[in-house]
Amino acid sequence: MASSSVFLVMVSGQIESAEFPEFDEIYLRYNLHYGQDWLVTSGLEEGISQVAKKSQDDRQQIVWNFPIDVTFKSTNPHGWPQLVVHCYGSDFWGTEVSRGYGVCHIPITPGKHKLKIPMFVPESSSLLQKFTSWFLSRRPEYVDARVIARGEGREVTRVRSQGFVNISFNVIMKDMKKLGYDVLPSDVSTVNVPENVGTTATEA
Amino acid sequence: MTSNARRKRKDERLVQSEDEEEGISNPSMEGDLPEMTGTDSSPEMEAAEADALVKTLKTKRRKKKKELADEVISPKDDLARQLKEAKRKSQQKIEDAEREEMEESAPMSVVADDGTLPMPEEEERESVLEEAEGEEVRRLRKKKEETEETLIEGPPGEEEETPPPREEEEPPAKPPSPVPKEPSDEMPSKSLSIKEKMRMRMEKAKEEALSEVKEEEKESRKERRLQRDKKQTTRFDETKPYIGSPHASFEIDENELDRITEEKRLQRLERRKKMPAKGREGFQMPTAEEAFDFFTREWKDEEKEEVEEGVEKAETEKAEKKEGEEAAEQEGAPKPDKPEDEQPLITQDDEMVSDLPTMMCAAYTPDINEQIKKEGEIYFVPSAAEIPATQKVGADFEVRRLEDEGFYVGKRPSAGSRNQNRMEHRLLKEIEKGRESSRAWFGEDGSLLALPDPLRSLPSRPPMPEEVEPVLKLDYKKAVIREFDSRYIDGTTEGIGHYQLDVDLNQVFFTHHHLYSKEHALAQKLTSLYEQYVIRERKNMTAYLGEKLKALKNSALHLQDHIAAHKSEYNLTDRSNYDRRLQDYRAEIIQTRQQRDREEKTDRTLLRHILATWKAIKKERELQTFTNTPVKLQIRKEDGNKVEDERVWKQEVLAEIEELRDEHEREYRRNMLTYEEEMKRYQNQIQAKAEAQKRVDKRRKKIGSKQSIRSGAEDDEQHEKDLELLSEADLTPPDEPSHFDDATVRESVEKKARENRRRPGEPKLHLELSNTATITPTQNCNLDEQRRRADVSKCMIFVKILFNNKEVSRTNMKPLSQDFKVSYGQIYSMKIVQWPESIAFQVHESIGLGSTLVAELCAPIPDTSVTSVSVQLEDLEFSSDRKEKLNRAAVGSGMPFTYGSDNSQLEILMTTGILTYSVAWAVDEHGQALVPPALVNANTMFTHMKKMDPLAAIGAAGVMDLKKLADWFASSHLDPNDPSNADIVYLLRGKGGDTSHLTPAEYFRLEQLMVEFDFVTQQELEENKRFRLIQLRDEEVQEFKNYKMVPAHEREVPRDVFTEYERKKREEQRLKSEGDHDIETQRMAVKRYRQKIRDQVMRRFRRQAHMKNWEDMVKEDMVPNIALLGTSLMKVFARRTPLKPQRKKQKKVVAQSIKGDEVRIIVNISRAQNVPVRLSAAMQAGAESNESGNALWRSGAVTSRQDTRPLEQRFYDDYKHITMVRPFVEVMFQHHCIRTSVGDGSNPSFNEELEVPFRAPFDDYSPGNLQTVPDAVFLNIFDEVVVDIQEDDRERGRMVHQRIEKKWLGSLKIPFTTIYFNGKIDGTFRVNAPPVLLGYVYEGLSHGPDDIGINKDLKTLLGLFISIQPPLTQPEPVKERFSTNEDEATMVQADQWKEQISSRFTPKRELKTFVTDVNFKSVFITRYFRPINPPDEFTGKGPELVARYVSLIPFVPDAAIFPGLCDIWNTCDQFLAMLSGDEEEHAILLVNYFLHMGIKAWLICGNAIPEGPTAYVLTEEANVHYIWNPSSGERFRTNDATCPLRSIGCIVNNENIWANIQPYDKPDQMMYSLTETSCWEPLFNNSRRNPGLQSIQPERLYYLQTDKDFVTELQEKIQHVLKNKVMDWRSRYITRWNRHCSQIMRKTLPLLEESLGKSVDQDHIKELEASFSSYKVSGFPINMPFTEVDPIVETVYATGVHGHESNEIEFALAVYVHPYPNSVLSVWVYVASLMKNR
Repeated sequence: MASSSVFLVMVSGQIESAEFPEFDEIYLRYNLHYGQDWLVTSGLEEGISQVAKKSQDDRQQIVWNFPIDVTFKSTNPHGWPQLVVHCYGSDFWGTEVSRGYGVCHIPITPGKHKLKIPMFVPESSSLLQKFTSWFLSRRPEYVDARVIARGEGREVTRVRSQGFVNISFNVIMKDMKKLGYDVLPSDVSTVNVPENVGTTATEA
Repeated sequence: MTSNARRKRKDERLVQSEDEEEGISNPSMEGDLPEMTGTDSSPEMEAAEADALVKTLKTKRRKKKKELADEVISPKDDLARQLKEAKRKSQQKIEDAEREEMEESAPMSVVADDGTLPMPEEEERESVLEEAEGEEVRRLRKKKEETEETLIEGPPGEEEETPPPREEEEPPAKPPSPVPKEPSDEMPSKSLSIKEKMRMRMEKAKEEALSEVKEEEKESRKERRLQRDKKQTTRFDETKPYIGSPHASFEIDENELDRITEEKRLQRLERRKKMPAKGREGFQMPTAEEAFDFFTREWKDEEKEEVEEGVEKAETEKAEKKEGEEAAEQEGAPKPDKPEDEQPLITQDDEMVSDLPTMMCAAYTPDINEQIKKEGEIYFVPSAAEIPATQKVGADFEVRRLEDEGFYVGKRPSAGSRNQNRMEHRLLKEIEKGRESSRAWFGEDGSLLALPDPLRSLPSRPPMPEEVEPVLKLDYKKAVIREFDSRYIDGTTEGIGHYQLDVDLNQVFFTHHHLYSKEHALAQKLTSLYEQYVIRERKNMTAYLGEKLKALKNSALHLQDHIAAHKSEYNLTDRSNYDRRLQDYRAEIIQTRQQRDREEKTDRTLLRHILATWKAIKKERELQTFTNTPVKLQIRKEDGNKVEDERVWKQEVLAEIEELRDEHEREYRRNMLTYEEEMKRYQNQIQAKAEAQKRVDKRRKKIGSKQSIRSGAEDDEQHEKDLELLSEADLTPPDEPSHFDDATVRESVEKKARENRRRPGEPKLHLELSNTATITPTQNCNLDEQRRRADVSKCMIFVKILFNNKEVSRTNMKPLSQDFKVSYGQIYSMKIVQWPESIAFQVHESIGLGSTLVAELCAPIPDTSVTSVSVQLEDLEFSSDRKEKLNRAAVGSGMPFTYGSDNSQLEILMTTGILTYSVAWAVDEHGQALVPPALVNANTMFTHMKKMDPLAAIGAAGVMDLKKLADWFASSHLDPNDPSNADIVYLLRGKGGDTSHLTPAEYFRLEQLMVEFDFVTQQELEENKRFRLIQLRDEEVQEFKNYKMVPAHEREVPRDVFTEYERKKREEQRLKSEGDHDIETQRMAVKRYRQKIRDQVMRRFRRQAHMKNWEDMVKEDMVPNIALLGTSLMKVFARRTPLKPQRKKQKKVVAQSIKGDEVRIIVNISRAQNVPVRLSAAMQAGAESNESGNALWRSGAVTSRQDTRPLEQRFYDDYKHITMVRPFVEVMFQHHCIRTSVGDGSNPSFNEELEVPFRAPFDDYSPGNLQTVPDAVFLNIFDEVVVDIQEDDRERGRMVHQRIEKKWLGSLKIPFTTIYFNGKIDGTFRVNAPPVLLGYVYEGLSHGPDDIGINKDLKTLLGLFISIQPPLTQPEPVKERFSTNEDEATMVQADQWKEQISSRFTPKRELKTFVTDVNFKSVFITRYFRPINPPDEFTGKGPELVARYVSLIPFVPDAAIFPGLCDIWNTCDQFLAMLSGDEEEHAILLVNYFLHMGIKAWLICGNAIPEGPTAYVLTEEANVHYIWNPSSGERFRTNDATCPLRSIGCIVNNENIWANIQPYDKPDQMMYSLTETSCWEPLFNNSRRNPGLQSIQPERLYYLQTDKDFVTELQEKIQHVLKNKVMDWRSRYITRWNRHCSQIMRKTLPLLEESLGKSVDQDHIKELEASFSSYKVSGFPINMPFTEVDPIVETVYATGVHGHESNEIEFALAVYVHPYPNSVLSVWVYVASLMKNR
């Protein structure tokens, strides 16, 4: 056993667009959060996009089309990678403030996936704080954006939802099945041949 | 048809002439010319007519043309294109034929003016005309063609220009007109001459016409807009005839028509010029054509308007166009025959064409900056400039203006011309690039193809779609009934079966009602009595029983006779058998007779009651004077035969008496027997009693008189018996059975008979009740009755039908009839889906508003056999207990009332009634009963309950409770053998499998499938390495906390993963189980204790670490106070680049973002002071006095970093050992060594920054882990000694052969945690130098050779700055307030005090009020103090010794033992038990010792270097204050500058806490008089009293004497280990040990210990020196508290003593362990290297 058995998860896709009804000129950063058994073999773990403005039509979309292309190597599905997206934009005073945090798991089945992840921001702990944060344009932020990929300590925070981010993933996996993890639904993995196909053939 | 054709022709002509008049299409002149000649040659009249016509129709034509254009725009386009092609081909031919054709056209047109010509001619002419016109144009084109290549669509105004080119399309028309060629040959010359004339005329005409047209247009402009709509409708009417006309040859395309109309218009203009004169002439009489038109055109008026409009439109649509036109006309006017007159316009177009590209170029000029240039490569910015039409249409095609040609093009949707132009540019670009192959985007006229403007002129409200937003849309969904149990018959609501119950409600009849009148009540009573009577009559029980009696009597008699007769014949059994039978008969006779009597009596009473009631009714009727009820009792009397009756009567009585007598006799006989028996018994008893009495009396006498005791045992016995007898109850004498009393019996029988039977002679009564009485009409009744009756009819009754307690239907409200009946007679069908559980009826009564429930009654659920076919009506009685008060004539209900006038008899009647109904299963059309199948074989109501699961029966909770389930099981009588119940039976059976008693198992399992969900067994889980690894990682065991990539298979788990961990575990295990032989038992106990505490704390901490608070999660600015707000506001106005920038705090790096390997510890070594100098140098200096001293000075001054001296000089110096010392500092951390360059002299300046990499264990840079890092930074000062090892003197001067040695001079150890917690360490530190440093001396003391010893005031100092790069976040202090046993008030006080003081000072001063003890309780700090006895050996010795003892207890920072920065304070006994602790434990112990020794002592909370926040000890001796460092045992005066304590926050002792409120907190700047309230603020004072806090310290400590043997053993062991280690370290060389030297050193060590490691015995040094004068000796003793052997080895290794790479060197090693009580050991190691002086 020279090389340990691993499986690979290849994720490509893009953070396509966002809907932030109240805000404009937003850029985003993404991080990947994954467990200890995971390793990024290629691709960027973090990224920062361009600043995008709203479209001028009814959809009011903020489009980035920011590509993600990363390959993971892992031995255990535990700690499946999560994509943490956090958006920033400049506020009234021109300072950059957080506009939303969102997280989603990399889809666990191969194929094309389109996700719409809701975004939220931590709320100030008090009204006074809220005012000062607005006044000084220092919105509360997470100490580390990756905390939203974990459950620990979330109970102390209060958040407000801000918008949505649309993400598309294309996931390819290798050797999952070899390690005994079957992520495909049965009707995909096993070809379902109608029963009468064989019989008619033989009859004929 | 003809008219149409004619008209058209005329149009053509007119247009033609118009064109000519305007002088725009010059070629047409030639066409005109023949026409003109035509007018000349033809009669004047005709010309005048034509002129007139022109005048009238001029406007019409224009209009028509316009309409035409509008109409045919689209088909025309296609056609036009084809035509163009065809035209081009035939062009050659045309040119040939041109001339001739022109000639031809002239006569034709003349004829054309005449609209009345016969048709065949017309046709011909028409074609000729067309031909001619075509030719003209062609000619023009030909001329033009030369310039056409560059011709671009003219300005919009040049409408008139466009038609000529389009004329080319005519050629197709040519083929049909070959005929005209012939006449053309005839007159070429003629036409030419005429032409000239014409031109002249036209010039004039045109000018006039133009002005006229203009005027006209202006007038009609307003009208036009209004009439636009009208126009559109007529347009269709108009054009159709043209197209559909058979005359109009199909070859003539619409374009041609357009052109013709255009020409006509020109003609018209021309004509108009002449009109003033000619027109009047011809005005009186309309021409034939006019007349024709007049009659054939209904739309004349409209057309006129339209024409005007058309004209106007043509001009207003394009405002400039007109001007252009004018210009063209004006230009064209002077020389109308020249086609060249268009030239200026064409050139103008050319200019525009050339203009555009240049403009584009300008936009792309590259002299703008790079960005734009780059962008330009990518971007295409379409210009907004107009593109000439030719370019758009393409070079091969010509631009046409359909509009001008008279086609209707529709109104284009409005689009900004700029936008349109841009789009065109874009498209052109595409075409250019070849991406767009065709020019399909552009129309013939060069503009973008467009559909007509779809917009309406009038705003209108569009129909709003009914549909709402799909998101908001509400879908209607039928209400769904949820199936929650199986109460439905078929399980679901939409069952398959149809089941129906039919409820027939026939009638409700009240047998009593509160509105009953008295008569009613009576009548009702009578009716019911009568009913009874009828029943009884029918049954005739009396007669029946009489017969029976008779028969019985007979058979009894018979039997008796039989017995008597055959008495002898029968044996005993038979006889008794017969007797019994006889007896039975007799009993039955008696019984029957009694029955008969009873029946008779009832009959009779009934009869009497009926009669009484009837009498009462009659009386009542009489009384109230009206009849209320129809009841009528008819009594028929049947007179009986009195004699016969009498006889029968008597006979019966007699017979009865006889019977009774017989009976009595039998009875008597039987009674007599028993009587005699009893009598006998009675008499016996009396007798016995009398005897007994006698005996008793006798005995009493005997006893009384003689008093002798003669009585024996028998006597006693007898006596007893007698007494017993006497005490027995007396039997009552039995009654003697009476004899048959004939008289009384007869009397009673007769009486009975009188009562019960019809008396003899009494007539038999036959009753008949009929409802025949006439009820008195209402008006005849009295008022009360009237009202009552009204009330009755007001009373409404209805019945609700309830199915399963739900109302399913109700009857109509029906009024109560006067006889208190309500008939419904209605069948209510219920389609049911649920199992029928109950069917109930509710009878409601309603008087006026509202209704009251009279009664509720239940009907049984019909049997399956009961169908609506077979069902019978049934009666259900009901009653109500509702009280209804009587009112007027009514009796009420539940109220007492009386009948008639007599008040004797009170009656209370409740409302009662009868409901007649039937319930049955319905039958469908096939006669199939609609009965649920399950009900068919069901026999009880509980069938469905059985079928249901227990859930419905006892609820979900019941199912979970097995007990309940079992109860239900029992109560529902489930068949345990029924397979459908197998589940429940199995569940209830429990483990035993015993079905007999179905009791639940006696345990409850919360998750029954727990075992099934275990994915592996527990054992497997433990054995599997992979699982274990994962588990340990999850538990955050340090070794595995950050284990990456746990393999997917067990076999891939590295084999050695657990070795380390298991070793540790084993050690712990061993620690727990049994002792290690290395250490004595006490130490082991210490370790165990420490482990225990540690585990406890760790557990606690781990729990804490996973609890996050807001600050951990969210970064948020603190709410600023006013000051902060102010400063932040100031920031806005602050300078961007201030002149004096202030230091900004470095940003802390979050642990997560550290990847590792970039963390470094930066050690900046500025300088060292007082580095000891080499002894030889010092001695030399001393011996050679100034000279060499100067040299030293010089050398020190010359270089600090690099030896820049010339080699010669240096060599010389080295050789001569002139150099005092060449120190350098080596920084060692985590086995990384970095050194500075060599300094020079005893006060070198290094100023070097060294970087040591830092790696956190397990790559975990979280604060939790970092604070447990045990590593320390070692700073060692060495002296670099260069040893000349030149063997051969001859080479000296040419070769250098040296060896560099380093001699250890001292070291400084700074734990990593100290750096980590403080962030940076800055200051001058005392280097721990050994007390004796062989071969070295402090320079300051090198006055004389004697003074080799080290002055304690003189220590080597090292200036340092240490920090970590990047700064790591520090752990959050555990904020949790632990539970406490302290008094609440004291705590509050202390908190307030602390808050108040700490707010006064920035930076905050160290204030401690509560500390955490080992049990995680908050304890008041003063409780830690109490005088505690030091070990007995120390009594009477100085405080230094005590301090030394304390300092020898190993120092271990709390963070290392208890990670998590919870500073735990141990009590002194715990401290000594653990034998380790940090500053505060040491300090407390020291303070307590001092207190015991009577020294005033306090604990100082403050900051020191390098420890940071720490605890020191303050003592006062003779008004002098000293500060003690408890960890080192050193004492400083308060004004000592080298004191490591930097600030004092507060001082504490067992009484109080004093906070430092002085402006300064440096020890040397402070006042120490505690009574000074301005300097020290105590916690407890007069206002805040000390509540008398008890110390938690033990009263005294017990010290264990250290085992001496162990100490010597340890000593040996250490020495052995060290020797081996040294040899190991220098394995390349031979290590020799100098025993002699070792001996001497060993002797020295105890002395050193005695002097507490400070002063040195001079003699010893001398001895050593004396012994080894031939050696160069360098060595030192090292002292340390004993913890383990390894640290000792490490320390020795760190000194680098072994590092002499030479075989010649010898070593000396001595180890001494000094025992102090309680296993506190002081270890001394003396190492030295000796080298022979050469």
